[in-house]
Amino acid sequence: MSGAAAQVDGQQGARGHDPYALGHGHGGHGDHEATGHGEGGPASKRIITGYGFWIFLLSDIVMFSGFFAAYAVLAGETAGGPGGRELFELPRVAIETALLLLSSFTCGLGSVATERRSVFWTQIWLLITGVLGVAFLVLEVQEFAQMVAEGAGPQRSAFLSAFFALVGCHGLHVGVGILWLGTMMAQLWVKGFRADILRRLLCFNLFWHALDIIWVAVFTIVYLLGSGV
Amino acid sequence: MFGKLDWSAIPFDQPIPLIAAAAIGVILAAVLGWITVKGHWPYLWNEWITSVDHKRIGVMYVMLGVVMLLRGFSDVILMRTHQAAAIGASQGYLPPEHYNQIFSAHGTIMIFFGSMPFIIGLMNFVVPLQLGVRDVAFPTLNSVSFWLTASGALLTNVSLVIGEFARTGWLPYAPLSETNYSPGVGVDYYLWALQIAGVGTLMSGVNLVTTILKMRAPGMGYLRMPMFCWTALGSNMLIVAAFPILTATLAMLTLDRYLGFHFFTNEAGGNPMMFMNLIWAWGHPEVYILVLPAFGIFSEVFSTFSSKPLFGYRSMVLATLFIVVVSFTVWLHHFFTMGAGGDVNAFFGISTSVIAVGTGVKVFNWLFTMYGGRVRFDTPMLWALAFVLYFVVGGMTGVLLAVPPADFLLHNSMFLVAHFHNVIVGGVVFGAMAGYEYWFPKAFGFRLDEWWGKLAFWLTVVGTVVVFGAFYIVGLEGMTRRLQHIDNIAWYDWIMVALAGTLLIAGGVVAQVMQLVMSIRHRDRLRDETGDPWDGRSLEWITPSPPPVFNFPVLPDVHGEEAYWEIKRRAIEQQQLSEVPDYQPIEMPRNSPTGVITAFFCTSVGFALIWHIWWLAALGLVGAYVTFVVFAWRDEVEFEIPAEEVERVDRARRESRQVILERGAPA
Amino acid sequence: MHVAMRSRFSRSGMRVCLAAGMVLVLSACSRSIMDPAGPVAAGERTILLDALAIMLAIVLPTMAATVAFAWWFRAGNTRATYRPDFVHSGRIELIVWSIPLLTIMFLGGVIWVGSHRLDPGRPLESRVRPLEVQVVSLDWKWLFIYPQQGVASVNRLIIPAGVPVHFELTSASVLNTFFVHQLGSQIYTMNGMRSQLNLQADRPGQYYGQSAHFSGDGFSDMNFWTVAVPVGQFNNWAAGARGNGPVLSAANYQQFARQSQGVKPFTFRAVQPGLFDAVVRQQLPPAPGPEEGRGGHTTTSPGDAH
Repeated sequence: MSGAAAQVDGQQGARGHDPYALGHGHGGHGDHEATGHGEGGPASKRIITGYGFWIFLLSDIVMFSGFFAAYAVLAGETAGGPGGRELFELPRVAIETALLLLSSFTCGLGSVATERRSVFWTQIWLLITGVLGVAFLVLEVQEFAQMVAEGAGPQRSAFLSAFFALVGCHGLHVGVGILWLGTMMAQLWVKGFRADILRRLLCFNLFWHALDIIWVAVFTIVYLLGSGV
Repeated sequence: MFGKLDWSAIPFDQPIPLIAAAAIGVILAAVLGWITVKGHWPYLWNEWITSVDHKRIGVMYVMLGVVMLLRGFSDVILMRTHQAAAIGASQGYLPPEHYNQIFSAHGTIMIFFGSMPFIIGLMNFVVPLQLGVRDVAFPTLNSVSFWLTASGALLTNVSLVIGEFARTGWLPYAPLSETNYSPGVGVDYYLWALQIAGVGTLMSGVNLVTTILKMRAPGMGYLRMPMFCWTALGSNMLIVAAFPILTATLAMLTLDRYLGFHFFTNEAGGNPMMFMNLIWAWGHPEVYILVLPAFGIFSEVFSTFSSKPLFGYRSMVLATLFIVVVSFTVWLHHFFTMGAGGDVNAFFGISTSVIAVGTGVKVFNWLFTMYGGRVRFDTPMLWALAFVLYFVVGGMTGVLLAVPPADFLLHNSMFLVAHFHNVIVGGVVFGAMAGYEYWFPKAFGFRLDEWWGKLAFWLTVVGTVVVFGAFYIVGLEGMTRRLQHIDNIAWYDWIMVALAGTLLIAGGVVAQVMQLVMSIRHRDRLRDETGDPWDGRSLEWITPSPPPVFNFPVLPDVHGEEAYWEIKRRAIEQQQLSEVPDYQPIEMPRNSPTGVITAFFCTSVGFALIWHIWWLAALGLVGAYVTFVVFAWRDEVEFEIPAEEVERVDRARRESRQVILERGAPA
Repeated sequence: MHVAMRSRFSRSGMRVCLAAGMVLVLSACSRSIMDPAGPVAAGERTILLDALAIMLAIVLPTMAATVAFAWWFRAGNTRATYRPDFVHSGRIELIVWSIPLLTIMFLGGVIWVGSHRLDPGRPLESRVRPLEVQVVSLDWKWLFIYPQQGVASVNRLIIPAGVPVHFELTSASVLNTFFVHQLGSQIYTMNGMRSQLNLQADRPGQYYGQSAHFSGDGFSDMNFWTVAVPVGQFNNWAAGARGNGPVLSAANYQQFARQSQGVKPFTFRAVQPGLFDAVVRQQLPPAPGPEEGRGGHTTTSPGDAH
């Protein structure tokens, strides 16, 4: 409220130096954790970590946009070679999608177990998430290997270069995520639910769900549109 | 076993790089030897190399930037002297394959390893202090960012000795940068150096955005932040939004070169025009990443040295955010001559002109900050005034180039070169110099010598005007850029004028170095006793010079704009300092070698990938991962500073502040 | 009325002064873009000077105000009023935002009209039928094909004065730009793409042309003379060129496209029909890069003239 500035200054006994006379509408955020909007001071470590990781994820999405843009530009450049219609096997893509979406679900169950502070169930759900992720990657590597064997590798045409780079970039992120997952499981086993471990689990969850969102974009723009569906 | 690397990679048959490399090697050995003999390694390792303190990291960034600016300037001397010799029938002393590396390295180094680290270093040092907090959001990540940037700089310089650098210009347009037209390792050095440094910069962007948005002293709402923090926010938001585009684009070119992909090749449907679009979609925001913090520095300097608050603060914030948004809508003006047609060219020409509105507003607000003030002409203010006078010319020529029919005549000419140097040197470098002179006392506890500073200022500014004035003219006379030899002797006069200007700038550089040397020598005489040498207005000036590792004993309560000014006014009016706070122990993050070790492995990975030494690359990746796990496994992440220590430091600070009380209030 | 006339005079007067100043400074130079020899270059120069004049009207007073304010309000000047509370003024804000905004709106109009009127692909207004020239930029020389005359020229462009020339441009390999300063607009040449350009030389003369986009080690040699001659002389030249010189066929095009520098101008007496289109469509594949270039070692470009 507009009285806030006067109240604060009143406490000091002198009118605060306020050359711009901007006035403040902040009613304060109460006594719980400062959100870092200034009234209460710096936000808590958990908020800072989560926020920072969100910003990183946004930057990662921008990077994917670069690859999506390249794909959009090069989608028609098959150089006389095979296009999406000839190459994409939608049943496999459907299974990959199901695996990844399911893994997001199990990851969420893992975070629920973390809320309840159950190391055992957190580890179980993380493990299942990892297994589903590995299964996804196996299918994807199979698809790539098959295409290369058919002479439809990334060197064949610009379209295929863009396809392999975009889908491969997502797959690389999944692979790194699985590596991170394994490391987290090991850490959790050794150190339990320490504050920093909890923050990292939060970040991992954000990462894994974001990969899911990217995959939705990938299979829509690349596979569905590319198959002429 | 060593991939493509063999003895032929070292330029034994080329005297210039060989001698340069030998000279650098000798200097490096001398410095390292001196450190070893004097036993300084433990100090350097504990206090600097493994430091996660934003102030130390900021200083290291600035030092890296300064060294690389000098390195880039050595390229300038080569280019100017060579072009002065390579007129008419003469071929100069640098064959094309060498000259082309020099101008490519010059641009790459000046932007990525000179200006960016300098500006990021200033932001790192100052922003947490101005926000009234103890450090940035992610201190160890900050260290990693710095060392990755240093890694990129190292790789770039290694190319001088082992192999070659890119010969494509500072942006490696396809298809010239593809393997068939650039078969050597040059472009690969470029790609890996920039990818590694780019990751560092992106992490820095995430770090500073989070810091500014989520970590401020109690009471510091958005509209109470100093202007430098607003421009730092804008710049880092641009980093977060733009650098991933660079990452993606360089990755695509890397895939083309290493695995035979066809993103930008001539054949198999590749699209070289797409490279230009993608790279400039990053490239244009990049220049605003560089110049916005410079604008912020000038806002601080104009305000402090006019003894007045900044005029039109809210307007300045709006203009900053306006520039941030619009900078993403102008990229096509870098290739009007690609033939996109009247509608597209006109659209981007208009959007480019629109961005000048934001800058124009800022300039007028700076002028009105001086209006009604009491202007002092210390060195930082001189840089600020020179900036305004010079930058408006550069902005003007930029808007001129934004008119497509004019650009059809001036694209890629020396006029263009003059324009972008006008705004980058006149904006970013002048800003960096102003910031350096302004915050040096805070960082090191003693001021810089004013006489040498002013000499350096005059030599540099006059030299700059001369060099780029000559470039403007010779560009209008038709001279294009990147010419290894110049067959038109009519351009000779202006080339010589540019050479003379370069010598002036070289004098300025020498004077600038002398300033530092003399100031260190006379540092006792130049000591900053109070911590507030300029009668400052923002929170960094409440700390002692240099600040203790924890910055503030207690986070300050902010009650209005210009937080420190208000505290100072009240203290002077009441003739007493604010009450002694209740000192508590302070927890600070522990130092960590994660940054330097990660960078070591990344440098190895980069070098290995450049030379196709696959086993070394794999080893480096494993090493980087292990470093990450070791860091993540730490149990002791913080150390505590006892309350007595905090009190002791603060008592000394409060004693030194008595001088300010006795200064009294100005009339 | 008086004010309007005066401002119109002073605008064109300023343009004249600027142009005169430029020409004086840049005199004795036949390659200056400030010395147009054709309608396209003339139109572009006018826009350049107009835009410059508009902006100088803002920039010069701003620079003067900077010096004036700093000097008058210097700390030692006791006559200046110290107003530390003068930090906001709605009126000043209005002016400070409006001046750039209005300038940019005006400039925007210039940009819109100019970009359309001087678009390189727009045919020139003329009663004469345009001459067709097909341009291929190679490493590191220029090939000019005259499909209507059936000849081709290397590193020298002969055109009739007073006749509009319609260029179609492509590149054999990397990006270049085709730029004859005194005739006007440059345009990129790109492999696999067909650029369009329309220029005209109003009077006979020799005009310097070059590539204005860096294309590799031989880039500094990518210059050529454009010679504008009377129509009759042009026809004679074309007829003469049909008399001697090699034939440009797909086979020797491929040979010619390999990297070389310092090629002296010569002509081809006949050109395989559709050769240019074959280059654009990549039926004739893009030209190769340097023959050598092992990993790491700095190579000297093949075909280095010295």
